[in-house]
Amino acid sequence: MQLLNIILVVFLIVCAIAVERTKDLLGAVIIFAAYSLVMAVLWLFLRAPDIALTEAAIGAGVTTILFVGVISRTRRME
Amino acid sequence: MDDLIVKIITRTIIPFIQVYGIFVIMHGHISPGGGFSGGAILGASLILYTLAYGYKDAAKKMPHKVSVMVESGAILWFMAIGLVGIIMGGNFLSNKAAGFYMGNLSMLFNAGLIPLVTLGIGIKVASTMVTLFHTIIEED
Repeated sequence: MQLLNIILVVFLIVCAIAVERTKDLLGAVIIFAAYSLVMAVLWLFLRAPDIALTEAAIGAGVTTILFVGVISRTRRME
Repeated sequence: MDDLIVKIITRTIIPFIQVYGIFVIMHGHISPGGGFSGGAILGASLILYTLAYGYKDAAKKMPHKVSVMVESGAILWFMAIGLVGIIMGGNFLSNKAAGFYMGNLSMLFNAGLIPLVTLGIGIKVASTMVTLFHTIIEED
């Protein structure tokens, strides 16, 4: 369990840096969805299941769709 | 988007998502979750319908006027429930101090006004999601 926790946190940090470095906004949004999904699992490990539920629904679902909707109305590359 | 497989799968999976969302809203006071989480799941199911069937069909199912009315009505419902606490002789949203029926923990409807408040929050969040998404993607 400790090893899985470390792997998830390292993946989270890599995702957070990659979102900030990516020039392609659509790719950045997809990386951000992966970040939210890992964050939901981490909330579950921290014994906050209601926050995990909200993060999985809002962060990985609705926010991604709203960002994609905005990108489709504007430019894709930064 | 006009894909038969996506439409069939969407039509099959939406009732399950909505039942789960209603479950999370109804059990908001005795299990993890609550109005915001359940409302987000309900709103995500409606957004999924819009993505699969396009804005035209979704606007027929849930027009902009109706979703705005539902949104405003839900927040008025929340405020009315809060004012009931004042009328019964307590603070805003006061529950046990105003003497509502508490029930026991094994039943679904206990804890006084909390299920009604959670129901209002769930409807509000779901209709807010749909209104936001429809406002972003609708054609000028």
